[in-house]
Amino acid sequence: MSDDGDLSALVWGFLGISLLSVGGGVAALPEMHRLMVETHGWMDELAFSKRYALAQAAPGPNVMVVGLFGWHVAGITGMFAAMLAMCGPTSILAYGFCRLRGRLSGALGMRVFERGMVPIAVGLIAASGLLLAQGAAEAPLAVAISVGSTLFVWRSKRSPLWVLAAGAVLGAVFLR
Amino acid sequence: MDKVPGRIELFLGYAKIGLLGFGGVGPWSRHVIVEERKWLSERDYAEVLGLGQILPGPNVGNASVMIGRRFHGLAGSLLATSGLYIGPLCILVILSILYELYGTRPGVAPFMQGVAAAAAGMVIGTAIKMGQNLRPPPELILVGLLAVAGAAFLRLPLPLIVVVLAPLGIWLSLRRSWQRAP
Repeated sequence: MSDDGDLSALVWGFLGISLLSVGGGVAALPEMHRLMVETHGWMDELAFSKRYALAQAAPGPNVMVVGLFGWHVAGITGMFAAMLAMCGPTSILAYGFCRLRGRLSGALGMRVFERGMVPIAVGLIAASGLLLAQGAAEAPLAVAISVGSTLFVWRSKRSPLWVLAAGAVLGAVFLR
Repeated sequence: MDKVPGRIELFLGYAKIGLLGFGGVGPWSRHVIVEERKWLSERDYAEVLGLGQILPGPNVGNASVMIGRRFHGLAGSLLATSGLYIGPLCILVILSILYELYGTRPGVAPFMQGVAAAAAGMVIGTAIKMGQNLRPPPELILVGLLAVAGAAFLRLPLPLIVVVLAPLGIWLSLRRSWQRAP
């Protein structure tokens, strides 16, 4: 499946997404879904949700899922290429922006900007969750697990690891 | 008083954040930097993270670049960032190999499907919780819901959503601050 065309499409795709990913890695998931599933057909809905689940089962920043998408397209080369495309340019931007920190962060304009942008970021994160749930919803029990996990994470302060573990056990026992 | 971490300490601190961060590193990053190692005060940390959030790219990754630079310049940025990513990357390489080998086995596929469904709910739950803690005014809640509708139901491209909603959100937020300070 991996050839040079796919690899460069992968790098350009994630480069573009990274520069728009205000609000962090998860907020950009709908756009990654478009790239991976709709535009290039590299994977189907369920595979997309499962790769995300694999990333969640491992520790690390949420953006690591990009490495798994890269792996899916072009193996280990794809993993590093996609991660570098996603994190490299934005890191350089952050490095350059750093010196403005003290001057900007406390300013009123910055707070106004942040207050206007944060609801969009949160909305995009919620949309990502809905897309993932849709991808995983192959059986009624899968939908029930998604709903239950939503309620648990929303209403309780316990570690989200419990939900992942419960989902794994329920899936292994009942979804076969 | 903030403690200035040495270079190795900076790397190890971030390696710890990366390896502990199940389900995202945000909470662990704050815990290690502010509470455990006292590199930054709560306020300073919130400022750096806030800037990391509004810049494109992963929030905690951006914060690691800025915090690393603050203590040790370019070397600090590289050490903090590589510390954050290196452990999880190694684990993901191993997991990916295992997944390719066993992922489609009859016993493993339903297991992963259960985790996938739970992980999806985790993302939705986190978004609801964040929205609740921020307590935005009603018109900004609406902007957030428009973002949900645009991305999840209408399937609009991200650039379009940001270009349309960002000016709207900022304008509404600006109007709020005018109302508050007459």
